[in-house]
Amino acid sequence: MTGDADRRSADDAAEADSLVDVRGVTVGYGSDPVLSGVSLSVERDELVGLVGPNGAGKTTLLKAINGVLDPDEGRVLVDGDDVHDLSSRAASRRVATVPQDTTVAFEFPVEAVVEMGRTPYHGRVRRDPDAAEAVERALDRTETTRFRDRTVGSLSGGERQRVVLARALAQGTPALVLDEPTASLDINHQVRTLALVRELTREGRGALAAIHDLDLAARFCDRIAVLADGTLQAVGPPETVLTGERVAAAFDTAAAVVPSPVTGTPTVTPLSDASADADSGVPVGEGESKRPGPLVESDPCVHVAGTGQTAARAVAALSAAGATVTAGVFPAEGLAAGVAREHGVDPVVAPPFAPLDAEAEASAREQLGGADVAVLAGRAPPSVRALVRDHDAVVRVTDPEAGTDPGGDASTVATASPATVVETVARVEGSRLPADD
Amino acid sequence: MGTGTETETAEAGVLPGGLRSTTARAVAWSAGLGVVLVVVVFASAAIGPVSLSLPVVAKASLNAVAIPAGVSLTAATVGLGDATTTLPVPDLSYTYPFAFQVDGTAETIVRRVRLPRIALGVVVGFALASAGTVMQGFFRNPMADPSIVGVSSGAAVGAVATIALSVSLPFGIQGAAFIGALVAAFAVYLIATEDRRTPVATLLLAGVAVQTFLGAVVSYLLLRAGESVEQALYWLMGRLHTATWTDVEATLPVAAVCFAVLLAHTRDLNVLLLGEEDAHTLGIEVERTKRVLLAVSSIVTAAAVAVAGVIGFVGLVVPHMLRLVVGPDHRVLLPTSAIAGGAFLVATDTLARAGPAELPVGIVTAALGAPFFLYLLVTREVHSL
Repeated sequence: MTGDADRRSADDAAEADSLVDVRGVTVGYGSDPVLSGVSLSVERDELVGLVGPNGAGKTTLLKAINGVLDPDEGRVLVDGDDVHDLSSRAASRRVATVPQDTTVAFEFPVEAVVEMGRTPYHGRVRRDPDAAEAVERALDRTETTRFRDRTVGSLSGGERQRVVLARALAQGTPALVLDEPTASLDINHQVRTLALVRELTREGRGALAAIHDLDLAARFCDRIAVLADGTLQAVGPPETVLTGERVAAAFDTAAAVVPSPVTGTPTVTPLSDASADADSGVPVGEGESKRPGPLVESDPCVHVAGTGQTAARAVAALSAAGATVTAGVFPAEGLAAGVAREHGVDPVVAPPFAPLDAEAEASAREQLGGADVAVLAGRAPPSVRALVRDHDAVVRVTDPEAGTDPGGDASTVATASPATVVETVARVEGSRLPADD
Repeated sequence: MGTGTETETAEAGVLPGGLRSTTARAVAWSAGLGVVLVVVVFASAAIGPVSLSLPVVAKASLNAVAIPAGVSLTAATVGLGDATTTLPVPDLSYTYPFAFQVDGTAETIVRRVRLPRIALGVVVGFALASAGTVMQGFFRNPMADPSIVGVSSGAAVGAVATIALSVSLPFGIQGAAFIGALVAAFAVYLIATEDRRTPVATLLLAGVAVQTFLGAVVSYLLLRAGESVEQALYWLMGRLHTATWTDVEATLPVAAVCFAVLLAHTRDLNVLLLGEEDAHTLGIEVERTKRVLLAVSSIVTAAAVAVAGVIGFVGLVVPHMLRLVVGPDHRVLLPTSAIAGGAFLVATDTLARAGPAELPVGIVTAALGAPFFLYLLVTREVHSL
């Protein structure tokens, strides 16, 4: 590719290392830009995940990279050359695309569709000599060989998606852009598809994939790029980019981000209305001035036990309201434990679905002993319920989704919203104080 | 470039399996349909007011087979009104490889009367079916036919204006129709093109609007046509009975060249079926390819319509029938549709002239084609490309 090297300007050569180099791209349809000033690079050997809410411009960015859309400002370099200066034939030898919409009404056999990936190598008359082998390899790697003779129309959505991936593979390009490659796949094929894409990058390709599922993105991508409001919010390894705060800002919903107990990569759980509740606090009593944390003044020590989202939300709400929170016993590596750590609480944890060991039981008992109020949130194993039941001021929070009462015969039952948790805790705590004095 | 190994390790000279079978399928189907075409041609040449035996027809037809041997320029005098001028006109000389002994009357009937008409039917059917196949793929619309971009209505205006206003043009009604067709198609293209992009949906709508407008022009011209209205109506209905070898000579090269160009774009047409954005990412220069396909199919349609008038449904129905048989791959579909189109038009024209009163062939193709298309539609055989 010496010819290409010659054509590079000195400016380009300085950053020619990156396979895909998006530089300050402003692009859109018509006069309103969808994206403004986006810069992003994709290296060889790298899978970059593009995440962001619907309408953030993920597809638009991919179309600017594969040459379908011309940027209003900025440049997109692929392998050192501006992709919009290349013929579409030359560009399609560098970037292959797995489009989002693969439901086209046509009755071509699978093999013929995969063979279309060789289009940029065919002459008007002369045929591409490598086509057969490239097609075989692409069919093989995407596990589509067995339906090579079936028509695309007769396949399921997931199979069709793999055929389109095979077509992109047959293109034999150094760069791949994928628009929601796992959108119509079952969990098995989601994982296998992304594993394949990652494997392809390990062979020297670079890939940029728009992925809706943040957990999958975190698990398979080397880096994550967060796109929201038409700009790039953050780029980096999943652990640093996917934080609760950033996800909340980008997707406009509160979320808990904790490492997956299985893969160790971040998993994201949206927390319904938790953030709104935590921000606004509880409605304060008449005549009282509005304060950010209704529990700041009394600063009660509250111990939260339980599991899942309910416990996580209780921890988040109480700690936002100003209480000193201790927590446990939580399932190790679970959502509740993760959220507790995000709020600076070191929870007592135990392996889920296992008998409570003596050490954890002792720590939890000690923390409960120091707590003014105990909160039992969501389901909890009998051993944990028994522990909490010994406390003299217990608030039970039922799991709003499952509707299950955590059980126990404690004093108060608060439901659903974390706001009522705070309110109830305040009431229980207030009624308890005189007794102590 | 360490990443190029994918494409570089393959052994040179290995033909893709899919390609081999595609080419083989195209050749096999074309050969089979070619046989059908020859049978239809001979049968048609035998049918008529004077019944001729097949051996006589075969011999006379083979005697008519001509191979161009050379080109010379001759001076032709053309007149426009009072002014006449002399133009050099290319004149082909032919050699005839066959010389069977055939009865003189029979030979005259076959060579002078029936064969020009049959040959023109083959060429026009071939041209219309080729253009129809390409237009349906191009527009990704099963209702597209060669006249969709206004070619036929443009030709109609050119032809009817010449007839109705009794203009004597050096290039005749055919020339006026041909020019009218191309002007209309180009106008539709210009209207639909903005910022060097031509969305097919816009093209389709512009085509419909222009067709409607030109239809109004034709109607007005017919009102003004006076005694020549019958000739104009015959032209509009599509007819082959005025066919001459000159018509064949003029149309055949255009059809052959256009067909070759379209055939070279069949792979691109396949990829375009995936949608324009996908086609772009697969290396198709979408707008340029669309321009070529549009221009070439308009020219081939214009050439056919100019000599035969508006013959409907050949370009619509024949590609659909063949798609049911050979599948959507244009590398097979285009040549087979073209040959089948030739056979179809000759067969329907034979019907048109076999009855007690001769009908314009356009009536027969529409009368047979429309119900057949509806049958395909109702049985859900045709619902997409």
